[in-house]
Amino acid sequence: MKSMKQLMKKGLALAPLSLVLLLSGCELAVLDPKGPVAQTQYDLIMYSIIFMLFIVVVVFGAFAFMVIRYRENRPGRKESDYDPHMHGNNLIEIVWTVIPFVIVIALSIPTVDSLFELEKPPEAAAGEEQKEPLVIYATTADWKWFFSYPEENIETVNYLHIPTDRPIEFKLSSADAMTALWIPRLGGQKYNMAGMENTLYLQADEEGVYDGRNSNFNGEGFTKQTFEVYAESEEDYNSWVEETQSSAPELSQEEYDELLKPGLTVEAEYSSTHLEFVDHGTNEGRDYAIERHYDLYGDLMHLYSDQDAEDFMDEENDDDHESSVE
Amino acid sequence: MQLDEFFVTGEPLIYGGMVSIALVTIAILFILTYFKKWGWLWREWLTTVDHKKIGVMYILSALAMLFRGGVDAMMMRVQLAFPNMNFLNAQHYDEIFTTHGTVMIIFMAMPFLIGLMNIIVPLQIGARDFAFPYLNALSFWSFLFGAMLFNISFVIGGSPDAGWTSYTPLAGAAMSPGPGQNFYLMGLQLSGIGTLATGINLMVTILKMRAPKMKMFQMPIFTWSTLITSFIIVFAFPILTVALALMTLDRIFGAQFFTLTGEGMPMMWANLFWMWGHPEVYIVILPAFGIFSEVICTFARKQLFGYKAMVWAIILIAGLSFLVWVHHFFTMGAGAFVNSVFSISTMLIAVPTGVKIFNWLGTLYKSKIKNTVAMMWALAFIPSFVIGGVTGVMLGMASADYQFHNTYFLVAHFHYVLIAGTVFACFSGLVFWYPKMFGHKLNERIGKWSFWFFVIGFHVCFFPQYFVGLDGMPRRVFTIIPEWMPLNIISTIGAFGMGAGFAIFVFCILYSYRYSEREKSGDSWGDGRTLEWATPTPVPFYNFATLPEIDSQDAYVKLKEEGRTTFEEDKLEPIHMPNNTGQPIIMMGFLFFASFGLVFEWMWMAIAFLIAGLIMMVVRSFDYDEGYHVEVDEIKRIERSARGL
Repeated sequence: MKSMKQLMKKGLALAPLSLVLLLSGCELAVLDPKGPVAQTQYDLIMYSIIFMLFIVVVVFGAFAFMVIRYRENRPGRKESDYDPHMHGNNLIEIVWTVIPFVIVIALSIPTVDSLFELEKPPEAAAGEEQKEPLVIYATTADWKWFFSYPEENIETVNYLHIPTDRPIEFKLSSADAMTALWIPRLGGQKYNMAGMENTLYLQADEEGVYDGRNSNFNGEGFTKQTFEVYAESEEDYNSWVEETQSSAPELSQEEYDELLKPGLTVEAEYSSTHLEFVDHGTNEGRDYAIERHYDLYGDLMHLYSDQDAEDFMDEENDDDHESSVE
Repeated sequence: MQLDEFFVTGEPLIYGGMVSIALVTIAILFILTYFKKWGWLWREWLTTVDHKKIGVMYILSALAMLFRGGVDAMMMRVQLAFPNMNFLNAQHYDEIFTTHGTVMIIFMAMPFLIGLMNIIVPLQIGARDFAFPYLNALSFWSFLFGAMLFNISFVIGGSPDAGWTSYTPLAGAAMSPGPGQNFYLMGLQLSGIGTLATGINLMVTILKMRAPKMKMFQMPIFTWSTLITSFIIVFAFPILTVALALMTLDRIFGAQFFTLTGEGMPMMWANLFWMWGHPEVYIVILPAFGIFSEVICTFARKQLFGYKAMVWAIILIAGLSFLVWVHHFFTMGAGAFVNSVFSISTMLIAVPTGVKIFNWLGTLYKSKIKNTVAMMWALAFIPSFVIGGVTGVMLGMASADYQFHNTYFLVAHFHYVLIAGTVFACFSGLVFWYPKMFGHKLNERIGKWSFWFFVIGFHVCFFPQYFVGLDGMPRRVFTIIPEWMPLNIISTIGAFGMGAGFAIFVFCILYSYRYSEREKSGDSWGDGRTLEWATPTPVPFYNFATLPEIDSQDAYVKLKEEGRTTFEEDKLEPIHMPNNTGQPIIMMGFLFFASFGLVFEWMWMAIAFLIAGLIMMVVRSFDYDEGYHVEVDEIKRIERSARGL
C-alpha cells in the first residue's frame, strides 16, 4: 500500500512537469519570447527540457519498478527476487556513466554556441539589412533606473522607449550596489556594477509594453525598482525622441545628484544626459554617488507593499523629479 | 549608545520574540535550579569531551535552528501569500530572508550533519573517540556561541539584511551601516573556527584510528563521505575565513578591500564567497548521500551496489565542486569563454551524481525492502532529488541561466536539492540512528505521519516555484504582482504542510521518549551492517571493549556470521580515556564576548576578551592532563550488564 501511495505521489509530481511543454508559448514570461535573444534562450530551454523529461521518466520508472517489485511484503515474492550478495556489474555501470556523459555533451554544444552568439548583436532576419545597434546607457541607483540615449541626447527615468527590429546595445553600470537589468520577454539579465561597464544586447520583434526590472537584490527598495519598456515602430520611436528632445527639460547636475539619493522616484525625462557629468561605468565615476550621499544609505523608507514612488514624493516641493527620502 | 539603539524597537513581532526569549530563559533557569540540575548539566554536558554527547548537543541545537529558520520561512510565505496585509515591510522581509538562509545553511544543515558524524563515524570505524576530543568540544562550543551571536541580532542591534550571500558593495559599511552585518561576519567567523577544526579532527580520526586492519576501501560509505567532506572543509573554509576577515577589516577598521571608494574590488567578494560557497553545498550534500547509502543498504537488506564507483563518485564530485563557483554569477559578464568553461564543468557534476542515483536503484534491485520511516525518507529522496538535479543542469547552461538567475526557478532548484538531499537525510539519519543515541526507537506510526506531511508539503511548496520563476518572479521580493498570486498561495499552503510535518516530528520525539520500548539489543533494526550496531545500547562511554579485526565491508554482517562481538573477555585491556574539561566552553565564551564587542565596535571589550581567550590558549598549552584508564574489571561489569550476560 505504502509503495502505491509513493508511486501516486511521484506520478502527481511528474504531471506538472509535463505541463511545461503545454504552457510553453502561452503566458509564462520567460517562455513567451518577444525578441531574438529571448527566442534563443527559449529554444535552448525547450531543448534541455526534453532531455530532462527523458531522465526523469527513466529514473522515476526504474524507481517505481524497484520499490513496488522488491518490497518485502509483496504478495507472490519469489526466492529468486532476493540476492543480498550482488555487489555491482561493470557493464551496466559503464552504460549508466556513458549515457549521462553523452547527454552533457549534447547540452554543452548548443550552450556554448549560444553563449558566443549572445555576445554579439542579434542578426537581422534573412533578406533584411543589418541595422546598427541603438546604444542606451542603463544605469541604476538605489532604487531607480536611468536610461541615457547619448546619440539622441535624451535621458529617461524608470521607463524607456525602443524601436522594434533593431538591436539595442545596453551599456550597464550602477551608481552604487550591484543590480541586474532583466526584461524577461526580451531576454536574460546581466549585472550592473559601479566602476565597470557590461554590454547586453536585446531586441524586440513585436510592439508592446514589456516589464523590466532590477533582478539583483540591492536593499530596501529592490522590489519596487521596476521599469516599463515601450517597444514601438521606428516612426513612433523617432517621434517620441523628437518630442522628448523638444519638450523635456535639461538635466542639471544638482538635479541629478538629488535623484541619486537613495529612494524611490517617479518616471521622468530630460533633453540631456547625466553622462555629461559622470559615467558610473568608468573607474573615475565609481564612487560618485557614495562620495555625495554616504550618510543617507542607512536611512530607512519603511516601505510597505501597497506603497509606490508617489507615496514618497515630497508634496510641498513642486519639482516632480525629486526623491523625497532624506 | 542609547538603550533604544541597542535593542531593536518598533516591531510588534520582535517585541513578541523578546518576551518569549525572556520567558524561556527564566523557565530554563528555574527548572535547573528547582531540580538541582546545575551540577549535572556542568559535569555531564557542558564539560564533556565524549563524541556521542557532543553529537547529541549538535543535533539538539540544529533542531532548534531548524525551528528558527522554519519560522522565518513561514513568515516569508505568509507575506507573499497575503502581500496586502502588510504583515512585513521591505526591511523586515530583507532581514528575514537573510537570516533564514544563513541559519539554515550554517547553523542547521552543517551542525546537524556534523552531529550525526560525531556520533556515528567513530562507532563505524571502531574508534573510542575522536583523535582530538578536547578540540571536538571546542568545535561544538565555537559553533554554538557563533549561532547564539548570530541569533541575538534580531533583538539586539538589528539583523543583517544583505542576503545570506552578503554581496559587496551592498554589505559594506557605506550601504549597510550599523551592527547588523557585523553580526553576520562575526557569527560566521566564530562558528567557522569550529567547522574547520572538526574537518581536521574527522580527517585524522578516519585516517589514523580505524579498527585493526580496516582498509580504506572497507570503510562504511557514510565514513567515506565524511572523510571527503572533511577534505572539502579543510580546503574551502579558509577561503571563507579570509573573506570574512577582509570584510570585517573593511567595515570596522576602514579598509577598502571590497568598497567602491579607494579602488576596492566588490566583485572579489562574490568570487571568494562562492569559492567557499559552492564547496559548502557539497559539504552538506555528500554526508547526506552517505546517510542514504547506509539506510538504503540496511533496509533493502543488501550490499551497496557498486561500492567502489560510489566512493569514486564522491571523490569526483568533491574535486569538481571547487571548479564551478562562477556558475553562481554567470551574469556578471565574464564573457562567453569563461562562462562556457564553467557551464561544462557544472554540467559534468551531473555524471557522478547520476552514477550514484543509478547505484542506489541498483541496490534496490533484487532487495527486500522494509518500509521503515528512515527508509521512506531515503526513498523519497531519490525522485525528489532528481527533479532538483535536472533543473540544476538547466541552470548550469549559462545562456539559459541568464533567464533563470535570481528567480524563483533558482529558489525552487536549491530547495529541491537542499531539502530533498540534506534535510531528508537529517531526518532519515536521525530516525535510523536514534535508538543508538537515546536507547529507544522513534514511534513509527507518528513518524510516518510527519513524513507524509513534510514530503507532500515540500512538493506543494516548491514545485510551483519553478513556474512562478519562469513567469519572471525574482527572489527576495517582498511583494508580488497579481499574476504570481495563485502559485504563491499554493506554495504557502505547502510550507505550512512542512511546518506541520516538523511539529509532528517533534511530538514524535516527546511521545517516544515516554512510551517507546527501551532497546535491549545493540542491533536495533536487526539488519545492521556496520560496526556501530555491534556496540551495546546504550553505548558505553568507551564505545568498544575490544576491537575486532576487520577484513571486509559491512563488518558487522561478517561478525554476526562468525558469531563474534566487540566484547571478547580474554582480550580485554585497560582503556585510556580523556578527562572532561571546562576549558573549551570558557575559551569560546570569551571569544563570544570578544566578537560581541567587535559587532558593536566596542574595542575595549573586544581586546579584553580576546586577551582572555589567548590566556585560555596558553593555559591549554601547559595542560598536562593525560586522562585516565578504565580498568578491566570495570569494563567487564559495564559490558555484562549492557549485554545482559
